[in-house]
Amino acid sequence: MKWNGWGYNDSKFIFNKKGQAEFTGKRYRLGGMVLPTFKEWIEKTFGASLEHKTTSRASLNVNDVPPPIVNEEFLQDLRATKISYSQDAEDRVFRAHGHCLHEIFVLREGMFKRIPDIVVWPVCHEDVVKIVELACKHNLCIIPFGGGTSVSSALECPEEEKRTIVSLDTSQMLSESGFCTGHEPDSMEFSSLGGWVATRASGMKKNIYGNIEDLVIHIKMVTPRGIVEKNCQVPRMSTGPDIHHFIMGSEGTLGVVTEVTIKIRPLPEYQKYGSVVFPNFERGVACLREVAKQRCAPASIRLVDNAQFQFGHALKPQVASIFTSFLDGLKKFYITKFKGFDPNILCVATLLFEGDREKVLQHEKQVYDIATKFGGLAAGEDNGQRGYMLTFVIAYLRDLGLDYYVIGESFETSVPWDRVLDLCRNVKERIVRECKEKGVQFAPFSTCRVTQTYDAGACVYFYFAFNYRGISDPIHVYEEIERAAREEILANGGSLSHHHGVGKLRKRWMKESISDVGLGMLRSVKEYVDPNNIFGNKNLL
Amino acid sequence: MVPHSLFVCSQQKELTSKKRDEFEDILEERRLSSDLRYAMKCYTPVIYKGLSPCKPNAIKSVVLQSEQVQYVIKQLAKEMGESPDIIQEEAMEILDEMGHSMQLGTVRFFAFTLSKIFKQLFQRVCVNEEGMQRLQRAIQEHPVVLLPSHRSYVDFLMLSYLLYTYDLALPVIAAGIDFLGMKIVGELLRRAGAFFMRRSFGGNRLYWAVFAEYVKTMLRNGYAPIEFFLEGTRSRTAKTLTPKFGLLSIVMEPFFKREVFDTYLVPISISYERILEESLYAYELLGVPKPKESTSGLLKARRILSDNFGTIHIYVGQPVSLRTLASGRINLCPYNLVPRHLPQKPTEDIQEFVSDVAYKMELLQIENMVLSPWVLVAAVLLQNLPAIDFELLIEKTVWLKGLTQAFGGFIEWPDNLCAKKAVMSGLTLHSNIARLVDGHVVLNDKGIEDGAVGEIVFKRALVILMCSTYRNQLLNVFVRPSLVALALQMTRSFRKEEVYSSFSFLRDIFSDEFIFFPGISLKDFEEGCFLLTKCDAIQTTQQEIYPTDKGSVVVSFLSAMFRSFVEGYQLIFRYLSKETKEAFTEKQFIPGVRSFVFQLLEKGTTQCYEALSSDMQKNALAALVQLGAVKKKKMSNGFSYSVNQEAIHKILDVFDARTPVQKPMAARL
Repeated sequence: MKWNGWGYNDSKFIFNKKGQAEFTGKRYRLGGMVLPTFKEWIEKTFGASLEHKTTSRASLNVNDVPPPIVNEEFLQDLRATKISYSQDAEDRVFRAHGHCLHEIFVLREGMFKRIPDIVVWPVCHEDVVKIVELACKHNLCIIPFGGGTSVSSALECPEEEKRTIVSLDTSQMLSESGFCTGHEPDSMEFSSLGGWVATRASGMKKNIYGNIEDLVIHIKMVTPRGIVEKNCQVPRMSTGPDIHHFIMGSEGTLGVVTEVTIKIRPLPEYQKYGSVVFPNFERGVACLREVAKQRCAPASIRLVDNAQFQFGHALKPQVASIFTSFLDGLKKFYITKFKGFDPNILCVATLLFEGDREKVLQHEKQVYDIATKFGGLAAGEDNGQRGYMLTFVIAYLRDLGLDYYVIGESFETSVPWDRVLDLCRNVKERIVRECKEKGVQFAPFSTCRVTQTYDAGACVYFYFAFNYRGISDPIHVYEEIERAAREEILANGGSLSHHHGVGKLRKRWMKESISDVGLGMLRSVKEYVDPNNIFGNKNLL
Repeated sequence: MVPHSLFVCSQQKELTSKKRDEFEDILEERRLSSDLRYAMKCYTPVIYKGLSPCKPNAIKSVVLQSEQVQYVIKQLAKEMGESPDIIQEEAMEILDEMGHSMQLGTVRFFAFTLSKIFKQLFQRVCVNEEGMQRLQRAIQEHPVVLLPSHRSYVDFLMLSYLLYTYDLALPVIAAGIDFLGMKIVGELLRRAGAFFMRRSFGGNRLYWAVFAEYVKTMLRNGYAPIEFFLEGTRSRTAKTLTPKFGLLSIVMEPFFKREVFDTYLVPISISYERILEESLYAYELLGVPKPKESTSGLLKARRILSDNFGTIHIYVGQPVSLRTLASGRINLCPYNLVPRHLPQKPTEDIQEFVSDVAYKMELLQIENMVLSPWVLVAAVLLQNLPAIDFELLIEKTVWLKGLTQAFGGFIEWPDNLCAKKAVMSGLTLHSNIARLVDGHVVLNDKGIEDGAVGEIVFKRALVILMCSTYRNQLLNVFVRPSLVALALQMTRSFRKEEVYSSFSFLRDIFSDEFIFFPGISLKDFEEGCFLLTKCDAIQTTQQEIYPTDKGSVVVSFLSAMFRSFVEGYQLIFRYLSKETKEAFTEKQFIPGVRSFVFQLLEKGTTQCYEALSSDMQKNALAALVQLGAVKKKKMSNGFSYSVNQEAIHKILDVFDARTPVQKPMAARL
């Protein structure tokens, strides 16, 4: 794994000797391929140039790392439990952050003020119970750590924390079997089950399998007050408010999730990608809304706006033969000239069907029929598949951008159907405007996609990036703009978060989001479960 | 509550750093080249970037099919037990009555005829070109709402003419339904982009829904700039009328609901050297009913074509971003919890905000109103009736010019004329109001010697009201320092808090007469004091305010400028204090107070002709309602009023300086 960026060490975007973009490694379908138009896209979109490069520190400088504060009595007790632990600087820094832009920036150029003092690796429920008991005995602060993919500053250590901070790494507590959960967040390769539960995660294929709250049957959590769980594994029960809902989304403020029983499904027999081109975003949204209304959404259905469509296009690998390139040209001609779609306005929906072969084909027809009613044209499997690949490699792209003065991030919201269009337009416009006001010299890349559909609305996902050359404090500017964008989302009737969670990044809007009393309800749970604030990551409340 | 810091700050700033654009005469080119070619020119206006183009009739069906209108139709159908089809039919009729049907052909027809007419009527039509350029940029960026001042029917014709000349998208204009009474002309206006609203439709839910949706649809689509008059009607006194909020809140709603990213409000100040309708207005104010709009009436008015109406100045103000105004002030959560197509009563916060914006826009209009030398002449003349020495008049006019500029007034002195020529040219243009006789300037109330007393009073009132129409253009520039001056005279004390109490009292009394930004009495007071200090009229210490020796001229001039209002209000209050009826309507009140004042004028016990003005009478009544001295009740056929005698007497006592103003707010000083 990279210590200062996303994902595996061997996988990254580079510019090869010919100045062409290339993705290294063999883990992804894109691996080893050359992306001939990508460089031009970056230059055009961001005004970035290969000549202007920043470089990250090559490795962690151990001397910068704050020394660990660990009391000897605790260490003795810990050794007695035989749970493995480490005070190594690299282990501690690795668990001091998630993947917010500012966190990665700190890794590249600075150092966190506060990091965990010790990392422990429990391997079973009993280990966790022992650690929490020790923490209570010695008054320590525990920060549970799963996959480290948080994008809400949830893993950052509170600077003012004077107690020993124990990072409790749960990532080794999983094992594999021959089924699937169907839960596939974009961070799936790296995030953990406990993390999914603690953050109320959502997966790409929620239309078939459901979000985490639909998948979970049973949860066991270790808290300073004791262990919380239900006494049976039933599909539903009416026993007052569901205690699972205190746990899901508690973001590590109450305890450590040690066991989760989750529904599993046989691996799907057949998978098929697909895509539809719409003349404009409005028609696309109307189509998705109709699909949602008819409740026939495939495993995944996403609608990307024009800017993101062009972005995806730029990641098209070099084609193998003249014949394919000829076919591509023909397709383009058909859509833009024959059907009259404006290439600077059209947008694309990507589809993923899963299940029995026969049912998939039937389902596919139903969806394409609806799309036709909204002016959509089927645009092939290949485009669909590339769309999904994009979500897994986009996090790698940020690291490339950082090398060339381009910073960016994604954020999400959920919104009722009738406000989707207005929200998308206004948030993008707000970003553009804020950039201008804050002195960003190049027009930002500000784009969105409707990424999940529900009966009552949709989840919208924004990418926002800009070239920060000429700005002295880019992270601060970035954060101010993101904050303005969030204000805009709220003013447009969107939610504070669909699945990224609150962490510390969005705490300031909690009261507005769930009312004073609502906040008080959550606080009183925290006070009962963890009166001494052992789980002191300061998220959420 | 968040104070109106945003509004207040900008006002203060503008006060000190006033930089205005230069004017261009657009008639000049019309006089040099062919009107026909101009009317047939290639017209390709810049349009809103998010425009979804559609025809006027398509808009109507979009409105009819909109969730908003359909919802109300279904509601009404349920309540009245009527079939929705019938109500839908009714909605369609409303739309047909209301909707514009802009056509380029008609626009070209107007471009041609208006060129001819305007060249006849006016010497020059001056426009700040930078304003037009700013407007052009604004139109492309966001939906635009044009908010011109309203002094004459010429206003909207002129504005559309102007936008055509500069190749900008022509506005759709909210016009009174009365225009439809004029055959042909009503239809012509419709084709030139006017849409028609009934005068009152508060109770008619279907009408309200259809109208609001019609306006909002045009705004959201960026179809065309929307133009309406904040003042609601033509000001008969040339004094800005207090704003109406209905249409403004309709055009602001798409932003509140985030259906548009932003909306630009553009204040436009149109000032006339001589108002086309000046004598009509005077008659109307005196209770001689205005002729109903009719085509034949218009044709009769042809003879004015031979008259000269001087110069028009149009100042297109800086577009104001609604988003900027609202930032940090409006909590939008209430809008998040109700589907946006349901009619929703605005919260108190929103209502207050709409009102603040309306006043801010009017203040911006006032700020850029051009004042001609004649306005100064009229102000001086009215303080020196029946006659003033010509040389003295010139001297005082020049003096007043300096004072006006010091107070931020926007004076255009034509071509750097010497004072004498400027005054002379004003007199020539307004020979129906005043003339030069034996080195003295006198009011032109010809035929005054003969006729009954009543007739003499009437004729005199007519000329004085016409003349005051011009002085009135100064009043909103002068009102803050003048009320301080008046307060100084009323209190007969120099203690700051007492002066402020009187100021505040006057400001409340005159709240419908002049334009004050709501709720900032103290700021207004400070501004008044600041301006008086600036021209050395007063000196202030921590506790006291007193006029300087040489300042007494200024102070007495300023208070004299507003004397007719003080006296007029006193007369009206006195009339009401003698009112014996339990309840009365406005229709009873106006003739009653008019004949009361008329008698006093005939007897010669008062010289306050302006108290005959129905405008002043209505404003005074409205102020009393706001102060709680008169109760206003909604009846089946309009409003009825009843007087609280005790309260009226108290107010009269304060005016007569028999009792000091008592106000706890003085403690804030």
